[in-house]
Amino acid sequence: MSRLLEGIVEAFRLIISFDPDLLQIVFLSLRVSGMAIILSALIGVPLGAMLGLKEERKTRFFNKIIFTFMGMPPVVAGLIIYLILSRQGPLGVLGLLYTPSAMVIAQVFLATPIVIGLTMVGIRAKGSEVEETARSLGAGSTLAAWTVVMESRFAIFGAIITGFSRVIAEVGAVMIVGGNIAGRTRVMTTAIVLETRKGNFELAIGLGLILLILSFVINSVLYNMQKGGKKD
Amino acid sequence: MNEIIKAYDKEVLKIDKLVLKKGCIYGVIGPSGAGKSTLLRIINLLTPPDGGKLCYHGKPVPPNGHDRLELQRKMALVFQKTLLFKDSVYNNVAYGLKARGYSRVEIETRVISLLDQVGMKELTFRRADTLSGGEAQRVAIARAVAFEPELLLLDEPTANLDPGNIELIEGMITTLAKTKDITVVMVTHNVFQARRIADQVIFINQGEIVEMGTTEKIFTEPDHNSTRLFVEGKMVY
Repeated sequence: MSRLLEGIVEAFRLIISFDPDLLQIVFLSLRVSGMAIILSALIGVPLGAMLGLKEERKTRFFNKIIFTFMGMPPVVAGLIIYLILSRQGPLGVLGLLYTPSAMVIAQVFLATPIVIGLTMVGIRAKGSEVEETARSLGAGSTLAAWTVVMESRFAIFGAIITGFSRVIAEVGAVMIVGGNIAGRTRVMTTAIVLETRKGNFELAIGLGLILLILSFVINSVLYNMQKGGKKD
Repeated sequence: MNEIIKAYDKEVLKIDKLVLKKGCIYGVIGPSGAGKSTLLRIINLLTPPDGGKLCYHGKPVPPNGHDRLELQRKMALVFQKTLLFKDSVYNNVAYGLKARGYSRVEIETRVISLLDQVGMKELTFRRADTLSGGEAQRVAIARAVAFEPELLLLDEPTANLDPGNIELIEGMITTLAKTKDITVVMVTHNVFQARRIADQVIFINQGEIVEMGTTEKIFTEPDHNSTRLFVEGKMVY
């Protein structure tokens, strides 16, 4: 219990002191996961919308694949990306392994199926009803599809929030492809693992607490955006 | 429409011939599952029939493409279960006008005038998902007539509403039909409502039009016994 309290105190000390190493880790975490979720949204939302607008029986096979990938263990994702980016891999020539770019790729690989799957489910929930209403009012196929996406925007935001939560908290994939190099690829989750192994539990708990606070702040902002600014 | 057939697991609609006259209010009555809603969906080109021929102003309905969309834009369907978009009342009513490329000024003029007509002007900028059932249905009808369709299709427009709202919506339908010369086809399970506002009544049973005629004739001297039983409130299957 005392370790936990010491960790909380340590967290506040780190935050108040604007520790440069900590800030570097925090900003890298946000940069990597932020970039990953933006890319995942750009890929996942249109794909999810496209699948959601199709009849369920026509996308059954894809649904199964996507739902499987939604639950992919981060270490497996990391391993796959590692093999692709390693020197002997198909993209080894790019020299991306152990860089933040590799970490972004791994997180995109993890978050995109979540964004696709949840967008698809959200759109499918009321999609046909909205589409028919739009068409009955004279919308062409493009406007009708756009209306369905706009009407499902809360679900889509929910998909993006879930995707972000998944990548900001994962450790396996970024550890494998990033290597946890101090000052270069060390993010909050990998730093927590390292400090725990070193026995610096206070620092590890402090970092964990900061990660939770950051996650809370970001999710609160996204949640308010999802609700369209409506008050409870 | 000629020899229209629609089947899902079993045949739900089989119409030999149905001709609608401009400016007339049609009340479509019949037991549940008779094919009334399917009829509206086929007329609105939302559900393709399995067989038969659909004509509009004597010309066959194009199978697809821009001409079909243009034709669809001459009609509007208000569903039994009202779905308003998660937006303001104004933007809901403006939807069909925007889809047709009306100018911003024209949209504003029409929407404000229409909302005034249906007693919803004060709620112009309210979020549509905060409206009551009656208000939502009024907005749905205003949204459907904003672009002045030639044909307005209504599927149980007053289902689950209280008498005050029913009277209001019936008034809206008759006023709009007469002032804007809109042909209305209204499905209703309420035979008294059909009697109150329809010029012509179509009685459908088991997917077929049993009888069609003036409201007076259908309610006073129908040709078919099943029609008589139905308008008298007896059980007809």
